[in-house]
Amino acid sequence: MNPTRLAGNALQYVFLGIAAFLSVFPFIWMVIGATNTSIDIISGKTSFGSALAQNIATFLEQVDVPLVMWNSVKIAVLSTILTIAVSSLAGYGFEMFRSKLRDRIYALVLLTLFVPFAALMIPLFMMMGRAGLINTHIAIVLPTIASAFVIFYFRQATKAFPTELRDAAKVDGLKEWQIFLYIYLPVMRSTYAAAIVIVFMLNWNNYLWPLIVLQSNETKTITLVVSSLASAYYPDYGVVMIGTILATLPTLIVFFVMQRQFVQGMLGSVK
Amino acid sequence: MAGLRTGGLKRYYDVNGWLFIAPALALISIFLVYPIIRSLVLSFYSGKGMMMRFAGFGNIERLASDPVFLAALTNTVVFFVVQVPIMIMLALILASVLNNPDLRFKGFFRTAIFLPCVSSLVAYSVLFKSMFAVDGVVNSALVALGLVEVPIPWLTDPFWAKVLIILALTWRWTGYNMIFYLAALQNIDKSIYEAARIDGVPSWGRFLYITIPMLKPVILFTTIVSTIGTIQLFDEVYNLTEGRGGPANSTITLSLYIYNLTFRYMPSFGYAATISYVIVVMVAVLSFLQFYAARDRS
Repeated sequence: MNPTRLAGNALQYVFLGIAAFLSVFPFIWMVIGATNTSIDIISGKTSFGSALAQNIATFLEQVDVPLVMWNSVKIAVLSTILTIAVSSLAGYGFEMFRSKLRDRIYALVLLTLFVPFAALMIPLFMMMGRAGLINTHIAIVLPTIASAFVIFYFRQATKAFPTELRDAAKVDGLKEWQIFLYIYLPVMRSTYAAAIVIVFMLNWNNYLWPLIVLQSNETKTITLVVSSLASAYYPDYGVVMIGTILATLPTLIVFFVMQRQFVQGMLGSVK
Repeated sequence: MAGLRTGGLKRYYDVNGWLFIAPALALISIFLVYPIIRSLVLSFYSGKGMMMRFAGFGNIERLASDPVFLAALTNTVVFFVVQVPIMIMLALILASVLNNPDLRFKGFFRTAIFLPCVSSLVAYSVLFKSMFAVDGVVNSALVALGLVEVPIPWLTDPFWAKVLIILALTWRWTGYNMIFYLAALQNIDKSIYEAARIDGVPSWGRFLYITIPMLKPVILFTTIVSTIGTIQLFDEVYNLTEGRGGPANSTITLSLYIYNLTFRYMPSFGYAATISYVIVVMVAVLSFLQFYAARDRS
């Protein structure tokens, strides 16, 4: 190996090393910060401190943790189940029962991918107001269920579903919904797993719509709580760090446990 | 007889086809199609709260003389014009370095660089806010490394506040784009690179003349997605600037302004809806342009 090649190689590692360090540092910062006082945090202390117990105590004092976490879990799980159910049915339907009209409708559905949420939120808010659903979790879940992105994902994945299986099931006298439930679903479980991971994360992290709709402390999610703790005039950053850990941990765990499905789900749309 | 039977069968299929997509279509109609039309109608009305009257193009005229709107529009454009190319370039470079077959610790580097995608937008914005405090860890590091002499006023200077938003977005989304490029790179035949190397094409040449052209469809896709995302920027700005888009509206975005108009003060639903249509038009035009540009070159 010649010297320039060797230097090039070393440079690669330095470059990747810096990128990796910068990518991971805020997570380390979060953990270190949870053990420090607010003053230490904003003056850049990078070593562990002894304020962890105090920070946790203050956090528990200011936030009803079980309630807030329950709100977050409830919304994310409910949204995910409904989104996956409705969108996988639609993805399967659009692919398996192709017709000219349905293909045109599908094109319109895809067009909604380009609709910015900002253009929806005012009418949605007025709608929820009229329905008396402001400050309820139903109002958060309802608009998230039908997702063009997830429908697209399932339709693309369904292209790989072997039609022989469906034909055989039909010969055996299974009805269409039985084929979907007993044949398609088990065969496509890795597709489902990937979709669940991504949709769960999106819902768990959802912010703008809950910020608009959930106005009382009893209905707020952990994301909203972190945001409001940090927007105080003098935020107690030690306490804020406890909140960011609670907000980040579930998705972090899901990511490390299901890394393959996670990446597969993200890539799903370009296959 | 046979014709009748296939007719019946066809109808049977048809019913099932509709049943499978019906729940999604119903929900999309109520929660996507109706609101987007309603927004358009609202944009021709003005007034505060529920007291609204028809205003024709009044709202559009108002846009031209609204300094906050103009600031929000400028900032939004600056954010995606500056941030998206930097991030896409960085992601491409990272992906092609990681695609080197001789590279060791590949899995570690990939996971580490992808990790920011797992954090919630609110959580990372809050973390960045604490890291970029005047006496904070970033300034300390910059001063210690001799890169700056005095701490940078990240959160209080209009210019640096914009830089901070761009840095934050780049941190959060580079790994996401990189994953797309890595997946696409795996489909490129390794022998093309080998042949180029034997022909003496240097690594930057291989990057420029093989990697980028081969990845064009993915680059296009990620550019559109990133642009749409940046035009709608809200969470980061809201949480880095206590919801104000400050200092002095230097980081306010269109989405944040819509939010402020609707939910912070006495709501101006009509005017806010007009601004939301500015976003709709921007997304539509830019997506079209990007598709067009990519088609033109090929």
